[in-house]
Amino acid sequence: MSRFTLNRRDLLKASSLAGGGLLLQMTLPTSVLAAEERALVRSKELNVYVEINPDGQITIYSSIPEMGQGIKTALPMVIAEEMGARWEDVKVLEAPLDQKKYGLQGAGGSTSIPRNFDTMRRMGASAREMLIGAAALLMEVEREDLEARESQVFHTSGESRTFGQLAALAAEQPVPDPEYLTYKDPRAYTIIGTTVSSVDNLVISTGQSKFGIDVDVPGMQYASYTRCPRVGGKAVSFNASDIKALPGVTDAFILQPDDRAGKAAMVFLEGMAVLRGGVAIIGEDTWSVLDAKRQLQVEWDYSDASEDSWTQMMADAKRIAAAGGGEVLLGEDGDDGVDAALADASHQSLEAFYQFPYVAHVCMEPMNCTADFRKGSNGEADTLEIWLGSQFPGQVKEIAQNMLGVAPQNVKVHALRMGGGFGRRAIHDFATEAMAISHHADVPVKLTWTRTDDIHNDFFRVGGFQNMRAAVSADGKLAAWDQHYIGFKYPDRFTVGSGLRGNELPFVAMDNARVSQTMMDLATPCGAWRAPGSNTNAFVEQSFIHELAELAGRDHVEFLLEIMGSPRWVKPGDVNALNTGRAADVIKLAASKSGWGRQMPAGKGLGLAFYFCHAAHVAEVAEVTVNADRTFSVDKVTVAVDVGPIINRSGAISQVQGSIVDGLSTMALQIITMEGGVIEQDNFHEYEVMRIAATPEIDVHFIESDNPSTGLGEPALPPLAPAVTNAIYAATGERIRSMPLSDEGFKLV
Amino acid sequence: MSQFKLTVNGQSHEVDVNPNMPLLWVLRDKLKLTGTKYGCGIAQCGACTVHVDGAPVRACVLPVSAVAGAVTTIEGLAADGELHALQAAWIEHDVPQCGYCQAGQIMSAAALLAAKAEPSDADIDTALAGNYCRCGTYVRIRKAVHSAAIAYNAAKSAKGA
Repeated sequence: MSRFTLNRRDLLKASSLAGGGLLLQMTLPTSVLAAEERALVRSKELNVYVEINPDGQITIYSSIPEMGQGIKTALPMVIAEEMGARWEDVKVLEAPLDQKKYGLQGAGGSTSIPRNFDTMRRMGASAREMLIGAAALLMEVEREDLEARESQVFHTSGESRTFGQLAALAAEQPVPDPEYLTYKDPRAYTIIGTTVSSVDNLVISTGQSKFGIDVDVPGMQYASYTRCPRVGGKAVSFNASDIKALPGVTDAFILQPDDRAGKAAMVFLEGMAVLRGGVAIIGEDTWSVLDAKRQLQVEWDYSDASEDSWTQMMADAKRIAAAGGGEVLLGEDGDDGVDAALADASHQSLEAFYQFPYVAHVCMEPMNCTADFRKGSNGEADTLEIWLGSQFPGQVKEIAQNMLGVAPQNVKVHALRMGGGFGRRAIHDFATEAMAISHHADVPVKLTWTRTDDIHNDFFRVGGFQNMRAAVSADGKLAAWDQHYIGFKYPDRFTVGSGLRGNELPFVAMDNARVSQTMMDLATPCGAWRAPGSNTNAFVEQSFIHELAELAGRDHVEFLLEIMGSPRWVKPGDVNALNTGRAADVIKLAASKSGWGRQMPAGKGLGLAFYFCHAAHVAEVAEVTVNADRTFSVDKVTVAVDVGPIINRSGAISQVQGSIVDGLSTMALQIITMEGGVIEQDNFHEYEVMRIAATPEIDVHFIESDNPSTGLGEPALPPLAPAVTNAIYAATGERIRSMPLSDEGFKLV
Repeated sequence: MSQFKLTVNGQSHEVDVNPNMPLLWVLRDKLKLTGTKYGCGIAQCGACTVHVDGAPVRACVLPVSAVAGAVTTIEGLAADGELHALQAAWIEHDVPQCGYCQAGQIMSAAALLAAKAEPSDADIDTALAGNYCRCGTYVRIRKAVHSAAIAYNAAKSAKGA
């Protein structure tokens, strides 16, 4: 048990002592948890997000899963702002999974802010009007003469009541009609736009935060699971008597593949969360079942197993690129302006083949799940209680129904903080395993994946290739663009992240463009990986545009702005469509803040890239040093972002910093390869993550346009790779068309 | 199975486990101290960093039979009801994102501060080289360690005075 517990208010009291730049040690009070829990029972609910205690503590529920994106802090800030609460009085708790009450409780696609901002505002405003209504009754004054601020309602006379004093009566006020709610003028904001430390930082920093892997359920057994090393295979037999005889092991058994769980209402999850065939071991502690796992000898049936080979994929892609063609998505095949411009003798043309690898998510918390399946006796229904970190915990109910036939009302899901998501925890294959093991063994089990399980059984960022052709005219203008995407699909469905999104520059902004694709068959599981599609398309397109600027002898910024053309919204009113004016603004800002155009010393270079995705316009300039031995460092990255008004400045900068580090780590170091269907990287010694020493200085600038606030978990990542390779070109004259850089002979230091 | 006596965060414990069981799993599964995290099992990521007699070790590869000294985990870092300067700095600088690696980061940094009063960026890079952060909080980790060093030294000299 933890020795102490602090709540936010104690922390903030302590923090306020720490002003003046000198940080004083904070004094911890004795446990207040029990008192808090008692107080909650008495608290008054104004709506499903807001409760107020008579002592003035305001509880705001966060309904969106937290994986480090900061949503548990940002959305409650919006409610507190509209209520007129003081942030110091707010305690944030996770809402239970109840999508009838809260709507979709999911995190993905950088959509949590745009999807929920208006609701949060409405909930805050509604609570505020109920408090004002209560104050009008208690003080016997007109509502119009009342104002809520600093967790109090003030009358024009100066008289006031605290939210705590008003809580009981406020909860009995009629819920206001949303149509008549009014909202704060953003210029009067005191919480939105400020710098707030995340609400869980105290429990995290003291080791008290509970992740899925930390769950401890009475009577539970610990489990490991070993899947066929080639996806699609299944276990025939294993050294069962040896394994069962090992100390600490209570049982071991084979599970057959089961694709019933793959049925999913969400299109991008369809077919994903299937149970793979393998061998389960259960025992008294994690170590015993992991040690036993190492001693497993399994005979596998490979008749339906993957034969994917990265070597073969690379060879096939080069052959397809050389043959040309493909399904035309934009422009015309055959004798159109693109071919004529490419063949025009007065033009300079260029052809380039780009490649990007499969990469893994490697969330720091390996996949895990605790499941307690109970067979109903005496005609009672079966039940399932389950604990996990999930980006879409509602999915778990769907899986339980499809795979085990447990009715959704009999499934209790505990969604815990995630030790990283990045798209991986949108897919619940690990939950199917824990459910199946508990179902088979008739005990609650905690399944923990090893890091090797986590890498081998990932839903990877899909690899791929693009063959690029373009021409520039004698006066240095982009005259034609021909983009051939060579990617992957499953026999029966598309592969998330493979292909073009249709939003890409330059083809959305020019006439003489053709885009085509050829998709090869794939067996290796792939899924959403932070900014799917965008994270590789940005590399190809923004590198190739730089190549063309160089071919034309033009300045990159000037060439990019010219392609962008006059300020216009490609689809007016649609935040998911490129706005060339906002694009130009971030490009100019990043260029100016980075000192674009200055003379660089030998071995140093500046590189620019822009990308639009997730409703965000982002430009980045990387400053690199490349040494004679091909070691290189990224010294600084200047970032300009337009995602509308910022809610939590600290959280927003955090997401950008994280995206830069993640983008650099991935493009410099990471590749997953497979041969004969077997994933070849086993653990971090073969799949590195960037370490602290390589971290660049990161300079973040926001353009807070009057567009709605949108999400920032993903869109700062895609421009990083091309910004770095463009900078390396500027420093060395060497063009990099394939990631990771470690395979191109460059070592990040 | 064998009996082992362990001192963890100032408390003595007796555990009856396989001598090869790494300290990590003794802490997590037997003593229910889950602040120390599993990340790789091969001492590559640092999520499991704890102190043995003040020195940072990777608990995922240290067999319980080889533990020779008093163990301190993240749960025991705050002493006498006061947050360690690093924990306060982690909050002040809003370091964590997902938070999973941060116990290991803080434990590595705490060993650095105990050894070096005013660590440079290079000292921090070296001391934390064994700790992955997949969310990329490294910029803030550096800042927080520098700022904690000031508070840590001030507290130390105050106690000494």
